[in-house]
Amino acid sequence: MEITLNWYLTLSALLFSMGVLGFLFRRNAIVMLMCVELMLNSVNLSLVAISQSLGDSAGLILVFFVMSVAAAEAAVGLALVIAIFRNKLTIDITKINLFKY
Amino acid sequence: MEPELLIKLVILLPLLGAAFTGLLGLFVPSFRSREGVISSIATSMVAIPFLITLFLFLNFEGDAIVADAFIWFAAGELSVSFAYRIDELSLLMTLIVTGVGGLIHLYAVGYMHGDDGFWRFFAYLNLFIFAMLNLVLGNNLVVLFLGWEGVGLCSYLLIGFWYKDLKNSAAANKAFIMNRIGDFAFLLAMFMIFKEIGALDFDSILTDGLTMSEGTIYLIVLLLFIGATGKSAQIPLFTWLPDAMAGPTPVSALIHAATMVTSGLYLLARLSPLVLMADGIMALIAIVGAITALVAATIAITQNDIKKVLAYSTVSQLGYMFLATGVGAFYVAIFHVMTHAFFKGCLFLGSGSVIHGMHEVEHELAHDGHGHELDPQDMRTMGGLKSFMPATRTTFLISTLAISGIPLLSGFFSKDEILFKAFEAGMFGFDAGWFVWVIGLLTAFLTAVYMTRAYVLTFEGEPRWPHADTIRPHESPWTMTVPLWVLAGMSVVGGYLGIPAVIAHGELNWIHHWLAGENGPVSEAVFDGHVGLGMEWGLIVLGSLIALSGVLLGWTWYSRHGLSFDEKISARFGRLYKLWQGKYYLDEAYDKAVVRPMIGAAENGLAPFDKYVIDGLVNFVGFFTRGASFTLRYMQTGLVHSYAVAIVFGAVLLIWLMLF
Repeated sequence: MEITLNWYLTLSALLFSMGVLGFLFRRNAIVMLMCVELMLNSVNLSLVAISQSLGDSAGLILVFFVMSVAAAEAAVGLALVIAIFRNKLTIDITKINLFKY
Repeated sequence: MEPELLIKLVILLPLLGAAFTGLLGLFVPSFRSREGVISSIATSMVAIPFLITLFLFLNFEGDAIVADAFIWFAAGELSVSFAYRIDELSLLMTLIVTGVGGLIHLYAVGYMHGDDGFWRFFAYLNLFIFAMLNLVLGNNLVVLFLGWEGVGLCSYLLIGFWYKDLKNSAAANKAFIMNRIGDFAFLLAMFMIFKEIGALDFDSILTDGLTMSEGTIYLIVLLLFIGATGKSAQIPLFTWLPDAMAGPTPVSALIHAATMVTSGLYLLARLSPLVLMADGIMALIAIVGAITALVAATIAITQNDIKKVLAYSTVSQLGYMFLATGVGAFYVAIFHVMTHAFFKGCLFLGSGSVIHGMHEVEHELAHDGHGHELDPQDMRTMGGLKSFMPATRTTFLISTLAISGIPLLSGFFSKDEILFKAFEAGMFGFDAGWFVWVIGLLTAFLTAVYMTRAYVLTFEGEPRWPHADTIRPHESPWTMTVPLWVLAGMSVVGGYLGIPAVIAHGELNWIHHWLAGENGPVSEAVFDGHVGLGMEWGLIVLGSLIALSGVLLGWTWYSRHGLSFDEKISARFGRLYKLWQGKYYLDEAYDKAVVRPMIGAAENGLAPFDKYVIDGLVNFVGFFTRGASFTLRYMQTGLVHSYAVAIVFGAVLLIWLMLF
């Protein structure tokens, strides 16, 4: 059985949905960051697949940008999590709600 | 040297002088007290242009020369350049402006000595000369208007020169605002001319402009005349001029007697061919001029402030000039401008010299601790000054006789010519001519009376200030008396430039040939016939008799009865005198009719509108934002999840919209 573009896109959509749902329903900040990574990489996957099927390398270049942004985001995000943990001794996101009305 | 280059020099030197004294005085405080440097620079920046103009005048060959400096601005069809015109009219006016102006600069050196604003005063004066030269030399209406506004500005600055007294600032404001009314009409006239012929230079206006439709010309001339009534202080806009006496006396002499106030007449004379085509407006000009002359003369009789008498006298004489303009004798109006510049300049400077002397008296009274207060301009506290100030007295007397029209002095020639022209106009079909002639004669008599009154009350009789036996005023320094003597001399001989037509059939009437000759710049009304020689002699004798009787009666009344004669006049004329004394209640009427309604409308209409509508709108925006955010702020839960849900929904919504 040949693996067509649709397979890749279906996998990408599944991974993205898992990321979204994880972000919405988990309360652990680190897990939420991981969910964001999952969403980014699912998009990467679809980019690579479409780029391959069209024979256009522009999508591949975009992937590198996404990866570098993801790396930076992870670094900043984790640093924030550590800083918050030192202050409040928790990383439960529902407990961190100072920035409200 | 080429005339084009020289005329630019004439224009530029006063501007340089103003910039030099003004800027250096502004930024270098130690320069301000260098009176010698300031005054010599400022005076020479007017004297040199005078000499240059004299050179141009003597070498003038009869063809107008236009010196085009550079294009000021150009937009579409309109192109306006800084162009200056040398012809008979502008040369004569420039000579008056720089000549009389130079003398008054010299006079001001003595008069303003020791004033804190010495540098400021001379910077303004030079700036005024620059603006006035733009006015009389400009070759198009735009440059003329630049000068027109420039002199208005300088007049404002100099009336309010002693600005620490609120009264002076108010007078300056009044002058400026009343002038704006006239300026607006002038602007409208300019717009109309441009709309009709597409150009604003005098050559085009006086060729293409004459082909405009009759109604248009009427309207344009009317608007120009309204402009002239503002600047030249005619009914209904003359009330600013007497108030303008709040400025230093040299300013009154230069701006409010000799030069600026005559610019309306210059404007009408410059456009005389156009004005002549609107005969209905001409009649209006003549009547307004005559009534102004009479009204101002009757007020002048009742005034006690020496400068106020001269101010109303100026308004009255300006009325005379408009009278001449209205009967189509433009060159006579300019002739009277010139002679008036001499004798009224001399009278004002003489009054300044008197005030200078009376200041001394005021000063000593204040020091002696007598507790007396003295108004140095009030003639009721003067008297007998002839033995203290002989030079001032002699020159004042000469110019008083000249303005009264005593034969063979300058005022006689110009005033007689005006009355003759009015008579001629009346005789040959110009209906208003008779009316203005009669009023002119009446005013001539009044002029002689009130000027003699001013002279007698000031210089003759016994001194009336307190402690007159010990406190004595002194004659002014030479910088003040030399200009007086020169101007008095000109008031004597200036009239011989316009010897009336009874002698040698007008061959000797130089000013007529110069201004209104074959190629002259000034037109004049042409009548169907001529007044006979005998009739003209008769008119001259009549004019002389009126002037002589005015002076003699004034002299006997006031030297015999002194101040108390005013009460006799008051008793004789009753309520009429009250009307004169109250200046026809024009200020009060304007206050009631214009100023108060305006203030009322502002207070009751505009102020609430501003407070409730404009401010209300602004405040509503603020209140609305506050009210809305009071409920909307609960959307900010601080929970990351709620924001994430919003983002997801938003993204889904966007994709939905894009796909379907």
